[in-house]
Amino acid sequence: MRRITYREALREALREALLQDARVFLMGEDVGRYGGTYAVSKGLLEEFGPERVRDTPLSELAFVGAGIGAALGGMRPIVEVMTVNFSLLALDQIVNTAALLRHMSGGQFGVPLVIRMATGAGRQLAAQHSHSLECWYAHVPGIKVLAPATVEDARGMLAPALADPDPVILFEHAQLYNLEDDLPEPFTADIARAAVRRRGDDVTLIAYGGCLSKALQAADRLADEGIAAEVIDLRVLRPLDTDTFVESVRRTHRAVVVDEGWRSGSLAAEVLARIVEQAFYDLDAPPARVCSEEVPMPYARHLEEAALPQPAKIVDAVRGLMGRR
Amino acid sequence: MIPAPPSGPVPYPRAFALRLLADMLRIRRMEEKSAELYGEGKIRGFLHLYIGEEAVATGAIGALRPEDNLVATYREHGHALLRGVAMNAIMAEMYGKREGCSRGRGGSMHLFDAATRFFGGNAIVGGGLPLAAGLALADRMQRTGRITACFFGEGAVAEGAFHESMNLAALWRLPVLFCCENNLYAMGTAIERSESQTDLCAKAASYGVATRRADGMDVVAVHEAAKEAAESVRAGGGPCFIEFQTYRFRAHSMFDPELYRDKAEVEAWRTRGPIHTYSARLKTQGLLTEDEFQELDRAAMEEVRGAVAYAEAGTLEPVEDLARDLCGAGA
Repeated sequence: MRRITYREALREALREALLQDARVFLMGEDVGRYGGTYAVSKGLLEEFGPERVRDTPLSELAFVGAGIGAALGGMRPIVEVMTVNFSLLALDQIVNTAALLRHMSGGQFGVPLVIRMATGAGRQLAAQHSHSLECWYAHVPGIKVLAPATVEDARGMLAPALADPDPVILFEHAQLYNLEDDLPEPFTADIARAAVRRRGDDVTLIAYGGCLSKALQAADRLADEGIAAEVIDLRVLRPLDTDTFVESVRRTHRAVVVDEGWRSGSLAAEVLARIVEQAFYDLDAPPARVCSEEVPMPYARHLEEAALPQPAKIVDAVRGLMGRR
Repeated sequence: MIPAPPSGPVPYPRAFALRLLADMLRIRRMEEKSAELYGEGKIRGFLHLYIGEEAVATGAIGALRPEDNLVATYREHGHALLRGVAMNAIMAEMYGKREGCSRGRGGSMHLFDAATRFFGGNAIVGGGLPLAAGLALADRMQRTGRITACFFGEGAVAEGAFHESMNLAALWRLPVLFCCENNLYAMGTAIERSESQTDLCAKAASYGVATRRADGMDVVAVHEAAKEAAESVRAGGGPCFIEFQTYRFRAHSMFDPELYRDKAEVEAWRTRGPIHTYSARLKTQGLLTEDEFQELDRAAMEEVRGAVAYAEAGTLEPVEDLARDLCGAGA
């Protein structure tokens, strides 16, 4: 057991991958000399050199596409995109090439590529640096979408992502980089299942990424009111581990999904749909969700806070379900 | 102004000279048959014919080694064929059969073949360029000695992917041979109507990429340019860009009524047709007789007949296998 930050956990995982497999290299904007926008790759250039820790021009389309090509050519690239908002410049390559290639080629060409990017709000970076567009990627068959929300997952998800024969996108919530926690030894290295982060029998809170800690805070407050909330961390946004949250809802009979994405067409909508499809007759109340307000993320702190899911909003949603409003 | 038809001596031994002709004929006959089959409803979706442009794929792919990578566009039947993908598998793919080179998942626009390192079949204009840069990066890092040939039309030059890829390839001195097939029209948009700078080499050169220009209707000019450029790329000289000036004799796709160009223009370009001008030169030089030409043509048509029979006899993928090949083994 060691106490490290989410950022350090990511860096350790990168370093381990670079040490263990000569095919692995990291590329992206300012990953080398600058040390990474969020300082994740700090020190790696010095240790592994500019061939394997490769600074790129500000060309998301080209360097993500080059990552796809390099993966096809036998390498195991890790491509860092500064934020999910910028990844839209590379959306064509990710969706039209990386995700489709294996199926479209009749199974001949897989793309073993890992793309890392920051996501989410909470740092007053305003509308073009703060959105949560994970669900756009989770919509597309052919890619896996991961959302490490803990130090342990930040440490453990990269290795299985690199071992996966298909493209994997890792979303690192920008608010989590400074999160500090104990890293268990051995740590989990699983990219298939959701995790139950807290046990409870009265309501199931389903969250991922930056919203996990908010759901856990809400669960603490609910406990003070005598409500035992179960908290599920989705961890894997595609393919969704439906069994884990449906099993929980069948027990608690109530569900609230917490999602930093906008409500319309959100991951929360998909999770709720699956609950309704598979556990409708187990529900004691209509399932609810707490999402971001449908506005571009504002700069001013109070407005940003108002736009985001917050523990108080989650508590209110649960009270509504329990008839305690 | 349309230049004079290609002429002059063919500087190759007879066997190689005739192989170039045979390859152009194979593409031509395969595509003529494809158009016919489209009319019969055997081939559906989009079908983009390469007729008129055969000298480009023939001359350029003739300059590659078997281990090299090839990235192409949605007008790629000829590239696949000359790369070594069996005509049977190409035809079966257009039929949507399981025996097709993409198991019926791709169709005309998405031919793929791992065995010959044919990376498709990309229907996003410009989409293949970053991919080619990445393949070349992998080869550089693994010191394989391979080069990557990337074909695209002049329409791709307007895409950001072109500019970003030129920059990246030049910055990292990647072994890519960029083969721009300038057939003057991006679907129906003439190059003067879409490019502020119509000198395509100037664009590539502005990124520090070595450039050359060749008559894309002349298989000899194409081959010579591609050979020299490929050698330079393979020797570590960084990427090369070749503009092949060519012309598409048929419509953009089978849905195109061709309202954007004069019939007279098409007819004038037909006088520069890559097959008949090259045959005439070979005959003048005494490398080819009319009987021999007919024999090569018969052989091409025979191959096409066999491919059609193969595709007709092909089987349909069971619907239960709809979702196969979505994720790789061990995923």
